[in-house]
Amino acid sequence: MGTDKIKVIVSKVGLDGHDRGAKVVASLLKERGMEVVYLGMYQTPEGIIKAAVDEDADVIGLSYLSGEHLVYTPKIVDEMKRYGLDDVLLIVGGSFPPEDIEVMKRMGVDEVFRGGSLTSSIITYITENVR
Amino acid sequence: MKRTAIPRKHADSPQELVERLISGDRRAAARAITLVEKGAAPGTELMKRLYRHMGRSMVVGITGAGGSGKSSLINHMIHVLRSQGRRVGVVAVDPTSPFSGGALLGDRLRFQAHSMDEGVYIRSMASRGYLGGLARATTDVVRIIEAMGNDVVIVETLGAGQDEVDIIHVAQTCVLVLTPGMGDDIQAMKAGIMEIADIIVVNKADLDGAETCLRSLEATVHYGLAEKDADWIPRVMPTVAASARSEDVRGIEDLVDAILAHQSYLRNGTAIHEVQAKRVEQELGLVFRDEIQKVVFKGLKGTGKKRRYIRAILEGRTDPYSVVEEVLKTFLKV
Ligand SMILES: Nc1nc2c(ncn2[C@@H]2O[C@H](COP(=O)(O)OP(=O)(O)OP(=O)(O)O)[C@@H](O)[C@H]2O)c(=O)[nH]1
Ligand SMILES: [Mg+2]
Repeated sequence: MGTDKIKVIVSKVGLDGHDRGAKVVASLLKERGMEVVYLGMYQTPEGIIKAAVDEDADVIGLSYLSGEHLVYTPKIVDEMKRYGLDDVLLIVGGSFPPEDIEVMKRMGVDEVFRGGSLTSSIITYITENVR
Repeated sequence: MKRTAIPRKHADSPQELVERLISGDRRAAARAITLVEKGAAPGTELMKRLYRHMGRSMVVGITGAGGSGKSSLINHMIHVLRSQGRRVGVVAVDPTSPFSGGALLGDRLRFQAHSMDEGVYIRSMASRGYLGGLARATTDVVRIIEAMGNDVVIVETLGAGQDEVDIIHVAQTCVLVLTPGMGDDIQAMKAGIMEIADIIVVNKADLDGAETCLRSLEATVHYGLAEKDADWIPRVMPTVAASARSEDVRGIEDLVDAILAHQSYLRNGTAIHEVQAKRVEQELGLVFRDEIQKVVFKGLKGTGKKRRYIRAILEGRTDPYSVVEEVLKTFLKV
C-alpha cells in the first residue's frame, strides 16, 4: 500500500542484434527494486515512446552498440517532445566515442553512460534524479 | 529531457484524469493506472469517480504456466481483433521479486508488432506481492482500460495451476493455455483450474504429444460435463503461436471465434449479469479487507499493542484469531 516504484523502459535501438548489455542492466535495475519493462531489440523510436506513454514510465534507457546513436537519439527526443514527455529521464548507454557524449546531451539526453561505466552509477543517477 | 518544476506524478487531479481517460486519452489512463497501483488516497478518489462509468468491454483472461505462450497468443489475437475493427487493451502481469521488490516485465516485447497502433493500449504490471497470479490493483486497472473505450480487454496472468484462479473474478471469458508433453493437463485437473476455463488451448501444437494431450483434455471435459450440467461446453483447441516460419502459426482465428462465441453465450442470456455480480462481490471483499486493515493498523499505531500481540502469540498465550476478534471489537465496535 502506498508504494511508489520507479518504472523504467529499457530498449535497444537500431539494427544490431546484440542485447546482452541491455539485459544485464535491466536485471540489475530489477534487483534494485525497480519495475523494468524490457522491450528487446529492433525497436523504432515511435514504438519506444508509445511504450513509455502507455507504461507511464519515469525513465527511458536506451542501449546502442553499433554507431547509430547520433541517428536515432534525435528521433527519440523529437517523439518525446511530440507526446509532451518533458519530465521523463532519458539516459543512454553503450559504446561510442567520448566526444559524442556532449553531442547527445545537447540533443536533450539527460545522462550518458559509456560501456564500462559501473552499473551502480546508473542506479545512483536514476534514484537521485527521478521525481 | 529537462525536468519541469512540478512533480508530475501528483500534477493531475483524479477528476481531471477520469474526464480525460473516458474520452480515450491514453496518457491520462496511464497516469490513472499508476495512481491506483500506488494504492493511496488519490487512487481511491479516482476509482470512486470511475465506477460511474462502467465499461461495456469484453474482458478476456489468458492464464497458464510460465513460457506456455500466452503473450505470443495475445500478440496474434490482437491482430485478428484489430482487423475486425475492435479497440484492444492488454494488461500483462508479471511477478514481483520477493527479495528486491523489483520486477522484470517482459511480455510487452512480444507485442512489438502493435507498438505503433493507436488502437491498442498495453500496460505491464508487477504483481507487487499479491498472490493469485494477479496484482491487487488489476481489477481497478481493467476498469480503467474498459473506461477508455476499448472493446476488448485482455488480461495475461501467470497461473501454474494450484490456487491461482483469481483471474475468474476479473475476466468474463477465461482461456487456459497448456502445452503438450509436460504433464500440464494432469496438473490442471488436479488444481481444479479446469472448472474455471471456458476455453482450453493446447499451444505449441507443433510439438510432439499434442494429439494425445488434446484427446485426454477433451475426454476430461466431457467426463466433467456429465456432473456439471453446464450451458457452455468448454472448448479444447490446438494453436501454434510462434514459429520460425510465420505461415506455420495457426488456430488463432478459431480461438478468437471461440472467445466471441462465449461472449455471445454470456450476453444472450443472463450469465453475463452473474459474472458481473461476482466481480463486484470480489471487489467489494477486497476493498473491505484493505480498508478494515487500514483502520485497525492506524488505530494501533503508537500504542505498542501490535508488538505486544505478536509477543503474546509467540509465547503461546493467544493466537491470531483471538487477537483479531479482540481488536475488531474495540475498533469497529462490533
Ligand atoms: N514451438 C513453439 N514455441 C512457441 C509457441 N508459442 C510460443 N512459443 C515459444 O515459447 C516461448 C514463450 O512464449 P511466450 O509467449 O513468451 O510465453 P508466456 O506464456 O507469455 O511466458 P511468460 O509470460 O514468461 O509466462 C517463446 O520462446 C515462444 O517463441 C508455439 O506454438 N510453438
Ligand atoms: Mg508472457
